This record gives sequence, structure tokens and C-alpha cells, in this order.
Amino acid sequence: MHEIKTLSIDNVMVSAAEGTTVLDAAREHGIDIPTLCHLDGLEDVGACRLCLVEAEGQNKLLPACVTRVEEGMSVKTHSPRLLKYRRMILELLFSERNHVCSVCGADGHCELQTLARRAGMDHVRFDYLHPALTLDATHERFVLDHNRCILCTRCIRICDDVEGAHTLDTAGRACDTSLVTDMADTWSDARSCTSCGKCLLVCPTGALFEKGSLPSEHHGKEEYLKYIVNAQRKMPWKR
Amino acid sequence: MTESRREIVIDPVTRVEGHARISIMFNEHGRVEDARLHVAEFRGFEAICTGRLIWEMPRITSRICGVCPVSHAVTSAKAGDEILAVTIPRTAEQLRRILVLGQWIQSHAMSFFHLSSPDLLLGFDQPAESRDFFTVMRDNEEFARRGIRLRKYGQEVISRLAGKRIHADFVIPGGVRSALSEQNRDILLDGLPEAHSTIRMALDFMKAWLESPHDSFDIMGSFPSLSIGMINEHEELEYYDGTLRITDAAGNIVADRIDPRTYRDFIAEENESWSYMRFPYYQPLGPTRGMYRVGPLARLNVCARTGTPRADAELTEYRQRTAPQGTAQNSLYYHYARLIEILFALERIEQLLTDPETLRSDTLRSRAFSNRPQGVAATEAPRGTLFHNFSAGSDGVVNRTDLLIATAQNNLAMNRGIRQIATHLLDGPGQELPESLLNMIEAGIRSYDPCFSCATHALGRMPLRVDYRDQNGALLRSFARKT
Repeated sequence: MHEIKTLSIDNVMVSAAEGTTVLDAAREHGIDIPTLCHLDGLEDVGACRLCLVEAEGQNKLLPACVTRVEEGMSVKTHSPRLLKYRRMILELLFSERNHVCSVCGADGHCELQTLARRAGMDHVRFDYLHPALTLDATHERFVLDHNRCILCTRCIRICDDVEGAHTLDTAGRACDTSLVTDMADTWSDARSCTSCGKCLLVCPTGALFEKGSLPSEHHGKEEYLKYIVNAQRKMPWKR
Repeated sequence: MTESRREIVIDPVTRVEGHARISIMFNEHGRVEDARLHVAEFRGFEAICTGRLIWEMPRITSRICGVCPVSHAVTSAKAGDEILAVTIPRTAEQLRRILVLGQWIQSHAMSFFHLSSPDLLLGFDQPAESRDFFTVMRDNEEFARRGIRLRKYGQEVISRLAGKRIHADFVIPGGVRSALSEQNRDILLDGLPEAHSTIRMALDFMKAWLESPHDSFDIMGSFPSLSIGMINEHEELEYYDGTLRITDAAGNIVADRIDPRTYRDFIAEENESWSYMRFPYYQPLGPTRGMYRVGPLARLNVCARTGTPRADAELTEYRQRTAPQGTAQNSLYYHYARLIEILFALERIEQLLTDPETLRSDTLRSRAFSNRPQGVAATEAPRGTLFHNFSAGSDGVVNRTDLLIATAQNNLAMNRGIRQIATHLLDGPGQELPESLLNMIEAGIRSYDPCFSCATHALGRMPLRVDYRDQNGALLRSFARKT
């Protein structure tokens, strides 16, 4: 039995079981915190930093997706400081690679685009890096476009945790970090890939998609993830 | 000398798509020797396409232009069909055809009513301040209103099929995204009678204009050239899938039944350091005699008939009026030809919309991966034959792109037209370039409805500048319009 913790989120008193993340506690009470790398059913890694919140008594901002609730905690999720940083994070994500919404396969169904719009991001204040990146279309059906990858690692986690293949991972450091398949082979040579396509379902942008798909065909199939994970972990058919 | 080098700023050139500048060269006797149309912008779409997937090409190339995105999207999709090595479902082809015709209507209506009717209605020498569509609206409200509504109908065709008017994601290699609903079909059919009555009004206006005397009519781009255009197997006007025919000014067939996929075998291009727009010509005849025109004028020159009853009746009359012998060779007839093409598009759309096959929703796309290393396709865009040529690897990634755009193919003819107008109207470099002459030069180009955005794959308004240069290329004077 978990102990119940009581805390305040945006001046609303809420209670949550010990071990619950601030993000889950907030969402359970209808308080929306934006996220990109988080996905219900997957292990959290705190990669995107969009869910940063302010906790009273701490100068450091905390990622809500990996911060556990504590008794007496007082959390702010939408302070001017947070809104400023969130917008800055989004601008940095856009400036880092080549996100051209107008010709992107995820246009209109992209979580990055939606969050930017919601954050009122009408331009990017930083210089675009315009890195010369390629796309890997060697897989018969799937495409990995490094230009649109924000390194949220959702695909890596679902490939490892749920499919159990661990075909995808990252290589390189800092700005040079990139997604790789197997030992940095081309995707068609990645023998561990089962071609299950789960990575495509969870990609928040247009970095992973099916050949020949149109933007209108790229949408929210990640909904099914929670059923798959629930079935795998809890095996509800077993008494 | 300092005095003669001064720059005189006149006004902006409007009512064409893109940016351009004109140089007029004088020889040592002070006579016009040459005239050049400089298109000084560069966008590099061929490089942008390279490295991306063949399925993305319609989406990317349609961004070349906001006026004729459908033409680029459909041509790219057709080239993609080639790379996929598929035959697309008949319903998909019919929907693509309707889309192209909708594009013709909206683009031609804009060219005729919004861009060129001020010249025709108000005259080339109307003061610049009032030589615009707003004056047309004020003085001929019904004419302007119906022109706007005709263009709207063309856009309606596109949006009822594709979901939005500009840059819709609808065509894709292998077919189209979605079916046409019965409700949308009925809405489009309901709009046809008004569109027909507008085009009837415009044709009557055009004929009356041609019957009245115009001083400079014969020097506004009247010279012999080849015509290139697409025809179907019955020698009728074709816009989506046919073979090419080339005729000369006398109407003789120079080449026939050419597979558009072989365009690089008979069209060569020259590059000049002074323009980003290339200079295509019919290779067997060389750059001088091989100058050709594309677009409405050329299309009506090469086909035996249009293939629809009302447009055919108009075509017969058009030929009697424009060239009882040979083919139409005055660029001003582009306007007249454009109207007949709108009529043709309206009739064809009706035929396609009333075909039950058009409404099917079960077969819209043939799905395949990359099966051929190269895909080349052509369609007739509003401004002329448009070629897209992609090479792709087995993964579907494009590794070479070649786009041959209609406006670029009219480049030699447009330059020739400017030279003709300048030679007749200018006595020497000492002469001021009055507003009316500047506009006549523009109107000579405007008849082609050029899209410099497409031609260089470049974008923007067009502040036209005219430079006078001596035989050594030194700048004598410069005229431009204030922006």
C-alpha cells in the first residue's frame, strides 16, 4: 500500500500516491503540462525538458515527468519564467535541425508544431544551424529522417521496452548525437529490426514515417501503446 | 556622360509573377540592337529536391509556385508513378485531370481579368496610377465581378477535390488521397452555367477588342516561331497525358507524336550570364530557328481541334480571326487563346464530373516502392508544357532533379518580343522612356502570363527595370518604377 502525499500544484491542493510523478499528479487533476519525450506506457527519461516546473524552495527547475511527489510540495507549472524557458526550448529544437513544416509529412499532426503554436512561437530568435543531414530510406517500408528528429528517444524506448528488439539507439555526443540502427548500420542491414513499426507510431514529429504516407495519414496511433503495455506487464487475462 | 548615366526611377512593374529587369542595347548608330529580359533570382529547387523521397516531390515542387501549385504537384506525381512503375486507378486519373483543369480556369481567369484586362480595357497608355484592376472594377463593375467569380470557380474545383485551394496534399505518386463526394460533385456542376456565361462575355469582349484598331498591335510580339504543345491520340487539345507536337508558323508539323519523356533529346538549353532563366530551344533547328512558344497560343496552334463542342466552334472562329493561313503568331492572341481554353476546361470538367467512375472511392491509389531508376513526366500547365524529371535509388531517394518550366521555354520568344517593341518605339538612347512605352514592353511580356517565380523557381513581386546599354554593354540610362 502506497502512502498518500498531499501537495499543491498551481495553488490547487492535490493528493497522489507515493511514487507518482508530478506530471501524472498534475494531469490527473486536469492541469496540463506540455511534454514531448514523455509517453504514457514508456519509461521516462526527462530528455526534452518541456515539462520543467518550479518547486517552492528550490531555485533549480525540475522535470515533472521524473520528479516524484513529496508531502507539502508546492509546484508551479505555468509561471512566466517557465513559459519563457519552454518557448526557448522549442525555438532551440527548431533551430537545431531542418524542420520545414510546409513540406513535412507530419504537418498538421506534429507534436512539436502543436506545442510551438500553443506556446505562441511565431519566430525563432536563434540562428538556424541547418546541419547537412540525410535520411535513411533503406528499409523497405520505413524512413528515418534525421532532419526532423528531436532526440526524444521515444522510438528507442519502445523498441527496447515493448518490442524487445533494441534496434534503435543513439550515437555521438551533444549536437552530433543521432539515432542509429543496430551498430550504426543502414536500417536495411539492421538485423535486429522486426519491422514492427512501433517506432513510427510514437514519433512526435515527422522523423519516422512510412514510405508514401501523406500528412493526413500520420496521426495518433500511439493511443494503442497503453493497451499493449498493459497487456504485456499486467497480463490481465491471468488471475 | 555623368548626366546620361543617371538612373531614372519610374514606378514598379506589376501584374506579372516574379522579378525581372530589361536591358535595351543600342549600337553605335543609336539604333536598338538587342533587348534582354533578365531574371535575376535563384531559388535552387532542383537542389532542394535531391536527397528527399520521391513521394515527397508533389509536396515540395508545388511550393515553387502559389499560382500553379497543382501543375507542379501533378507533374511530380506523374513522374513518381513512373518511378513506382504503376498504372494509377482510372478514378485517380480523372480526379487529377479535373484538378489540372480547375488550375487552368483559376490561373487563366486571373491572367485575363486581374492582370491583363486593365491593358485591354483601359489602353496601354492609360496613366499608371489608374491602369489597374481597381479602375476596371470601378468602371466595369459587372465585368470585374464576374472575372473574380470565374477565378473563384477554378479555385473551388481545386478545393472541393483537394481540401484546400493552394498547396493541398492531394496528389501522390500512385494516385490521389481521397474521393470526390457526391455533394461536392453537385456543387461543382451547379457552378458551371455561371462560369459559361462569364466566359461567353469575355469572348465577346475579346472579339470586339480585336475588331477595333490598335496602333501597335503588329509590333507587340508578332513574329514567327515554333509551337510546342500536347495532343491526345485524336489530335485534340490535351493537358494531362499525351504526346507532343511541334508546328512551325505556317502550320506545318515539324515533329509529331513525341513521347514527352524524351524531352531532353530535342530540347537543348543555353545559359546566359545575365539571367538565371535558361534559354531552351528546339535542338534540331538550333538556338535561332529553334525558338518556340508554349502555352495557350501554342497549344491551340498544334491541336487539330479541342475535342469539346463549344470550344471547337470558338477555335474555328479563332483561327479565322488570328491566322486564316498558318498559325497564330502574335503574342497578344495568348489572351484570346486563354479564354478558349477556359471554355474547353469547363466542358471537360462537366464530362468528367458526370462520369460515374469519377465518384468511386474504392480505388484511388496504386501502392508500390521504387521500381525504376528514373521518372519523367509532362503535363500542360496554364503557361505551357511542364516537365519534371527525377532519378531515384531503389530506396526512393531522389538523386537527380531536372525541371523544365513553361515560362523558361517562352524565354527566347519573350526576349524577341521586347526587342521588337523596343526597335519600333525607341529612336535612340537619348529618348526618354515614357510610361506608356514602358507599359507596352511589359504588356508584350505579360501576354505570356510569365511566372518568373516558376521559371527560376524564384519568388517575389516584379519591379521591372529597363536599362539602356551601348554596344559594349556599358550602362547608359536606367528606368525603373518606384516600389
